[in-house]
Amino acid sequence: MSHPTNSTRVYYLILAALLVLTGLTVVTAQADIGAWHTPLALAIAISKATLVVLFFMHANQSGKLTWVVILASVFMLFILLSMTLLDYLTRSWTQYW
Amino acid sequence: MSAAPHDITLAHHFDTLEEQHEASTLGMWMFLSTEVMFFGGLFAAYVVYRSWYPAAFVTGSTYGLNLPLGTINTVVLLVSSLTVVLAVHAAQTGSKQLATWLAVTLLLGAAFLGIKAIEWYHDYEVGLIPGIRWDDTAKSIWATANPPVPQREGEIFFLVYFCMTGLHALHMIIGLGIFGWLLYHAVHGRFTPRYHSPVEVAGLYWHFVDIVWIFLFPLLYLIRH
Repeated sequence: MSHPTNSTRVYYLILAALLVLTGLTVVTAQADIGAWHTPLALAIAISKATLVVLFFMHANQSGKLTWVVILASVFMLFILLSMTLLDYLTRSWTQYW
Repeated sequence: MSAAPHDITLAHHFDTLEEQHEASTLGMWMFLSTEVMFFGGLFAAYVVYRSWYPAAFVTGSTYGLNLPLGTINTVVLLVSSLTVVLAVHAAQTGSKQLATWLAVTLLLGAAFLGIKAIEWYHDYEVGLIPGIRWDDTAKSIWATANPPVPQREGEIFFLVYFCMTGLHALHMIIGLGIFGWLLYHAVHGRFTPRYHSPVEVAGLYWHFVDIVWIFLFPLLYLIRH
């Protein structure tokens, strides 16, 4: 049985952090940072998702088997996206070195 | 091995309630890993099309989507994730607040879908739904872009937008159904600190749907370059 945390204060703090990050991503989208837009937006999104997985989904209290499933999913997704990009972004190359 | 009398919520192929609970949460995590690949495929399509047609994506995101409504929806879902985890906590502690938090979650989820309906209706009115109602006149956001964006590329952006937010909305609707079921059983006193796996497992599902939106929002609504 999952052990209930004594207080719900942590959850409210995490929500506050999530809302701050949301504000940050909206504000930085309007800023003039050129090519950094996408990496920054992704970094913020990944941070938000990590907070949700760790604290709202109680991954920080979960066993190793759960972690194997979480990390495997992320890994598979990473392969899907990186290998797809590797293909499509290099199709116009005429020289390979 | 538990020496307690047989608990009616304990299925006979498990030795203890703890084991049963671990199995059900692990099962949901495994299902969520399949969902990661399900949405992952659409994210891969997004990655390819955005790399091919960057201008269409910028124009569509800036002039075709409603950023204030998208932001509100993001906040709505984040708050609903909080109410979900508070519902789980209420179930764990046997608090009577359980039904309340479940009901609030339902309301927030419905609000999210309502706002999406408003957005989509607007897209229908101005002709931004490829194949159904599409504005290909010289007044469209594509023709008036600088430089003009080819119609086809604009259609592809919106196809990606509707497929991704549509699949997400379908998951929200299913989530509402699940939480309605949870609320019914919570009101009838089915969940106790000893047995509340359905609440936890449904919570995991809801958080996953929230995480998908956490990525959809910047990738669709915040493309400026």
